[in-house]
Amino acid sequence: MAANNESAVLFDQPGPKGRKTIRIINWIAGIIFAIVVVLILMRLHNPPDGENQLSWELWKPALDPEAWTDFYLPGLWATIRASLLAVVGAVVFGLVFGIGRLMPNPLVRVVSGAIVEFARAVPVLLMMIFFWRWFAFIGLPSPAYWSVVLALIIYNGSVVAELVRSGVGNLPDGQREASLALGLTQTQSLMQIEVPQAIVAMLPAAVTQLVVVLKDTALGSIIMYTDLLQQSRRLGSMYFNILQTLVVAGVIYFIACWLLSRLAEWLPSRLQQHTAAPTEPEPVAPIAAGDPSNVNQIAVAKEVEELPLGGADRQYHVHHRGTNASIHQWRQTKYVQGYDATHPESQEETDKEKHFRLHHRKSNEEE
Amino acid sequence: MKKTWFKRALAALCALTCAVSLAGCGSSQSDGRIRIGIKFDQPGLGFKKSGTYVGFDVDVAKYIAKKLGYTEDEIVWKEAPSKQREAMLQNGDVDFIIATYSITDERKKVVDFAGPYFVAGQDLLVRKGDTSVRGPEDLNGKRLCSVTGSTSAVTVKEKFANEVQLMEQPGYAECATALFSGIVDAVTTDDIILAGLASASRGRLEVVGKPFTQEYYGVGVKKGSNDLKKKINAAITDMEKDGSWKRALADNTKGANYTPNPNYNPPVPNGKGNK
Amino acid sequence: MQDLMTLLSEYNVPGAFLVNIELTLWSTLFSTILGVILVMMRISPIPSLRTVAGIYVELFKNLPLTIIMVFMVLGAYAQLKLTFSDTFSTNFFWLAVTGLSLYTAAFVCESLRSGINTVPLGQAEAARALGLNFTQAAVQIILPQTFRGSVAPLGNTFIALLKNSTVAAAASVATETSTMMSEMIEYHADQIVLIFLIFAFGYVILIIPIGMLTTYLSNKLAVRR
Repeated sequence: MAANNESAVLFDQPGPKGRKTIRIINWIAGIIFAIVVVLILMRLHNPPDGENQLSWELWKPALDPEAWTDFYLPGLWATIRASLLAVVGAVVFGLVFGIGRLMPNPLVRVVSGAIVEFARAVPVLLMMIFFWRWFAFIGLPSPAYWSVVLALIIYNGSVVAELVRSGVGNLPDGQREASLALGLTQTQSLMQIEVPQAIVAMLPAAVTQLVVVLKDTALGSIIMYTDLLQQSRRLGSMYFNILQTLVVAGVIYFIACWLLSRLAEWLPSRLQQHTAAPTEPEPVAPIAAGDPSNVNQIAVAKEVEELPLGGADRQYHVHHRGTNASIHQWRQTKYVQGYDATHPESQEETDKEKHFRLHHRKSNEEE
Repeated sequence: MKKTWFKRALAALCALTCAVSLAGCGSSQSDGRIRIGIKFDQPGLGFKKSGTYVGFDVDVAKYIAKKLGYTEDEIVWKEAPSKQREAMLQNGDVDFIIATYSITDERKKVVDFAGPYFVAGQDLLVRKGDTSVRGPEDLNGKRLCSVTGSTSAVTVKEKFANEVQLMEQPGYAECATALFSGIVDAVTTDDIILAGLASASRGRLEVVGKPFTQEYYGVGVKKGSNDLKKKINAAITDMEKDGSWKRALADNTKGANYTPNPNYNPPVPNGKGNK
Repeated sequence: MQDLMTLLSEYNVPGAFLVNIELTLWSTLFSTILGVILVMMRISPIPSLRTVAGIYVELFKNLPLTIIMVFMVLGAYAQLKLTFSDTFSTNFFWLAVTGLSLYTAAFVCESLRSGINTVPLGQAEAARALGLNFTQAAVQIILPQTFRGSVAPLGNTFIALLKNSTVAAAASVATETSTMMSEMIEYHADQIVLIFLIFAFGYVILIIPIGMLTTYLSNKLAVRR
């Protein structure tokens, strides 16, 4: 059972008896899930009232070429159009207010801070409804589109602002010290040295944020923006197959978001060479008002002391957040020791660690 | 190295913003074409099908456009959602709007109406063969679906049946789906909208046929465009006279077994309901 | 000020917030339970459980909440007849709680999974050395430390849940804040900015303390190693 090797941290390598038990439970669980799925499908096939939801009569109009050209594709384009503009706007918003929060001038800091905290606390749907009604009230053209875009810019911009801030916070102190020593002012150091690196560090997170944006555009359907969800509802209202059209829309959303998530996981390794800060895919911004260190505090808590018993290096890594945190890769994942400002080289895997990893893995397989 | 990379990214970002924001705002020029606001999501009235638009409102709009001297190719269809109709007329985004637009005193303050071209009435849509709901009074203890933010369900609850349970859905399609599956007993809104739904339901839903209000559907035009109003009224009169009006209605409610309230239909343009 | 008082006396704004808070509390409870079950499944030695939990998380993480809410009403209720009560308002409330819980559970699972990696390997090895089996090790040793290590991501998840509770409007919950805001704007279009600010500050007042509490707890509970 090679598959079990990876997660064999929490339980002993099972013996013959244990393997048998696992196999039996595996089958039982598998069968139970299969039965649940079949029951749901049977229920859909033959509901108490209403019609057979699996019949081709309902699925055909949801899938034929006309449905794609008239509804799904225009809807998808509307969704993508709003998402892209919102992400670009959010990056701009985030840069302005994220840098604003780091400026030496206290007034700029406080104002930017207040705006960002406000933007993060208000639900996107409320903002959308407000802008929609307001734009329609003052007579702006296509109010639904602009309200979706603006609401998403404001919320996601606030997240990006925090990412910029924590990106700068994650840089080694040496970067700023070096630039000050070269005679740059604090602001120059921020704008020319620190922020550019923070932006690169934040890019993967911005891609992950694109997933959030893409999903949130679906809120636009509540304010009648003709996005993918709204278009699939419309299609469904002609043939009364709204359940089917929603499934198609759901599949499209899923594929789009899933691909973007994969991209966000792949990006960090590409971008690491452009920055001294750790690039990470998951945008977990600090939670509370005025605490940029918050995000990293658990990681920081771990780098305080080293190997008390003088034993082997620790093998767990300290990505305390992020989708790359996987039980399967506990031993395979590179040991990244948070970030230690005094030891930037701790980002790299040392020969000793590499040897340990390979050796340990090998011995594990031999068991 | 770092710097050029950063600059390149910034440039790409700017290019993207420009491209997307340009795509965002459509041009609103009228080069010998007429722009008409309709609903895009109302089967039987205004709905997209095979790349073009179909429905009663669309047919009326086409007729009026023809009388105004435009061919079908010269019509630009624009979506006119309920909440945005007044703003679209005031901004001049459209020349006129035919989108289940009821004539009310409130709206007359900001826009002008030609017509009415149809008198709808609030009615109920039920499952075919369901004899327990024959009018709004029968709804006590029953379940009724209507669209979020519409006042029709509240009217039923306040005037006819206090103990009705209300479900609010974003669109009528959702309501009709709920009606199909039996979680609600009736859907309420204007009868012509319900007839459009019934017509699309493969014979499973029917309109009760006892409208209990009158809604005068008008053609919304920009305030002060009296000339256009006059022309539209003349077109509507012609349409009612030469039989196209009746044909359009029958075509778009096929299979629903629906006849509009004969006491009010066909209405006299600029007559009752729009004085 | 006069306008504010009139609006507040005409509409029960705190009542609407109460609906959102109730939605959030129930969903927090259920999504935590489901999230813990999912994370146990994901780290268990049984491949089929791991696969199902993995599919669940990927599925719900990559679908818009709005679509899930619509499915709760038109799919789970209308077709599968998942019924909680004969009274519509109660029924839709619980359908919304179900939708929110299913959605949030995927994120709770991911937050906990990231927390698991803050637990040193030695803890698991020691548990094994003591003869604990998988369930014992997971429940008694790993999960408690995991919770302490994932306070920050969990806090973020639940703050998002409170904000997401406004999407219950898509599941026909007609008494919550976003619906009430639409209704107020409908009848008082001239005071639209004021109305928005009432609701916006309501959320600011609710969320900032939760954020501060989370920061405090994650500082206090993080296991210093």
